[in-house]
Amino acid sequence: MDSFTTHTGIAVPLRRSNVDTDQIIPAVYLKRVTRDGFEDGLFAAWRQDPDFVLNQPQYAGGSVLVAGPDFGTGSSREHAVWALMNYGFRAVISSRFADIFRGNSGKQGLLTAVVSEADVESIWAFCDEIPGAALTVDLESRLITAGDLSIPFEVDDYTRWRLLEGLDDVGLTLRHEQLVAEFEARRPAYKPVVQ
Amino acid sequence: MAGTLAEKVWESHVVRRADGEPDLLYIDLHLIHEVTSPQAFDGLRIAGRRVRRPDLTLATEDHNVPTTPGPITDPVSLTQVETLRRNCEEFGVPIYPMGHAEQGIVHVVGPQLGLTQPGMTVVCGDSHTSTHGAFGALAFGIGTSEVEHVLATQTLPLKPFRTMAINVRGTLPEGVTAKDVVLAVIAKIGTGGGQGYVLEYRGEAISALSMEARMTVCNMSIEAGARAGMVAPDQVTFDYLKGRDHAPSGADWDVAVADWEQLVSDENAVFDAEVDIDATKLTPFVTWGTNPAQGLPLGDSVPDPRTIADEHERAAAERALEYMGLHAGMPLRDIRIDTVFVGSCTNGRIEDLRAAASVLEGRQVANGVRCLVVPGSARVRLQAEAEGLDRVFTAAGAEWRLPGCSMCLAMNPDKLAPGERSASTSNRNFEGRQGVGGRTHLVSPQVAAATAVRGFLAAPADL
Ligand code: SF4
Repeated sequence: MDSFTTHTGIAVPLRRSNVDTDQIIPAVYLKRVTRDGFEDGLFAAWRQDPDFVLNQPQYAGGSVLVAGPDFGTGSSREHAVWALMNYGFRAVISSRFADIFRGNSGKQGLLTAVVSEADVESIWAFCDEIPGAALTVDLESRLITAGDLSIPFEVDDYTRWRLLEGLDDVGLTLRHEQLVAEFEARRPAYKPVVQ
Repeated sequence: MAGTLAEKVWESHVVRRADGEPDLLYIDLHLIHEVTSPQAFDGLRIAGRRVRRPDLTLATEDHNVPTTPGPITDPVSLTQVETLRRNCEEFGVPIYPMGHAEQGIVHVVGPQLGLTQPGMTVVCGDSHTSTHGAFGALAFGIGTSEVEHVLATQTLPLKPFRTMAINVRGTLPEGVTAKDVVLAVIAKIGTGGGQGYVLEYRGEAISALSMEARMTVCNMSIEAGARAGMVAPDQVTFDYLKGRDHAPSGADWDVAVADWEQLVSDENAVFDAEVDIDATKLTPFVTWGTNPAQGLPLGDSVPDPRTIADEHERAAAERALEYMGLHAGMPLRDIRIDTVFVGSCTNGRIEDLRAAASVLEGRQVANGVRCLVVPGSARVRLQAEAEGLDRVFTAAGAEWRLPGCSMCLAMNPDKLAPGERSASTSNRNFEGRQGVGGRTHLVSPQVAAATAVRGFLAAPADL
């Protein structure tokens, strides 16, 4: 996975709380057998509405989603993260994320930045002032900067390290391949193999 | 240090342990099926990785397969199955496709081949992987990115779990089955009661169960929210395994048994929680609602939500009664059933079919009732036919089908119509699980068969 140090992109204000994974990607889109192409299902129901933020031209190409509290609740589907990333989002800012969503995001390289509700409000205000303006999420210094705003955000150390290094779970484990091989050499001979 | 069974299995699989990081555990057996694997293989392809141990990986086709002869007609189902075949071919993973003599539901196939053994770690992208815990294996369901992780590394980084002892004390009365035990356990601890725990089923009533019955119990651990369920291996386990295709043989067998005999929770091991169930008080158990914890003894009546103290549970009960089209106070035995489903990874093994057949023998499925009998695997089907069970079923007016998940989750054409009511030996009675608007009552194979005969929820003793 790509490493994440700092990212500058268009901030997209999503003024909703409790955005659950069914809203991020409805179940009908889950039948695919690939890991890409899910952008068409992202917020599918809301995108029917021409006024929905993603339908507004100034937010085309947005890559930082700024959402209300409790983002990513509901089912554990990883497709929710794929849909956001396939669409082009690199980071989501909110005051609270559902645990599983947060875990899934960290694993796949989507940064979930936690700030206070008041900070979310000020970023939204910034977006209103200059729709389509870019903000910067700096993971190294854990800082969001937008215009005059400078907002520190929370992300746990482990997730931050992984994102900075660009290590997905598999990549991390493969760093210990030698240990795996040693363990395999110790396994009892009677353990079954399929073929 | 004294340890529980689950902790012992965990400890023996730690590849790497570091402060502040999850343990990296080795996975002995990885089962896959068509629904949760495609993106995992796609992930490998995108990253240019291979499957580390195809020889510890086994694929079967089960969720989407039709149970009547002929090809898959649903295009989505067909794509999933074809993708699995292509992926297995590309990555060298063994597969038992539709029509193969070893095809079947993934959790029926592993054990019957002797691939599931005591002390192993077994994973599958499917929550009912807990089934395999019946052998004293640590077996649990995983998500698609974990499937990818296991494919690539044969390991998983895991956070520790807590342990809960479920003590089923005393002897089960005649006519009470493993399904009744586990439904009663779930009703007692609730759908979230097992959250974060590995359950170890213990006590006289559990030791007296056959392997197949233990699988039924462990299978439904997930319905109490548990990570996994386990039963300590004993002579019953060893006898079941001996001589199976993939079980150890010769000198290996003795080494293995000596190891397996160590796999019990130590006398002074401490569980994080304990629950006691009095087996002698259990009776056939059925669900009336839309989650597996909404169950009661068959002799009871539909509960009155107003008598439920907990606000959320009361609201859930009200919603459930509305969805189920039931009213408080109605005796459960007065609930009329349209369809009976005998099958699934909970109750689709040979013993389950024998139990259903013994009730149906010489009897008839009630007028207007549809009864589907779906063996859990091709082997189970062949064995049932060798024993003449298929003739018992068809003579009684039931349909004898090809193996697969079938009406357990209605991904294939076997579905309930809106408003249709089933007695089902499967594991989930969620809204729409068996078809949009379908209403499900979870039951044992014996109760399913008796219900088919009476047309109303019933136990064999009612016939
Ligand atoms: S039988 Fe039902 S629960 Fe079991 S694997 Fe199939 S769909 Fe899942």
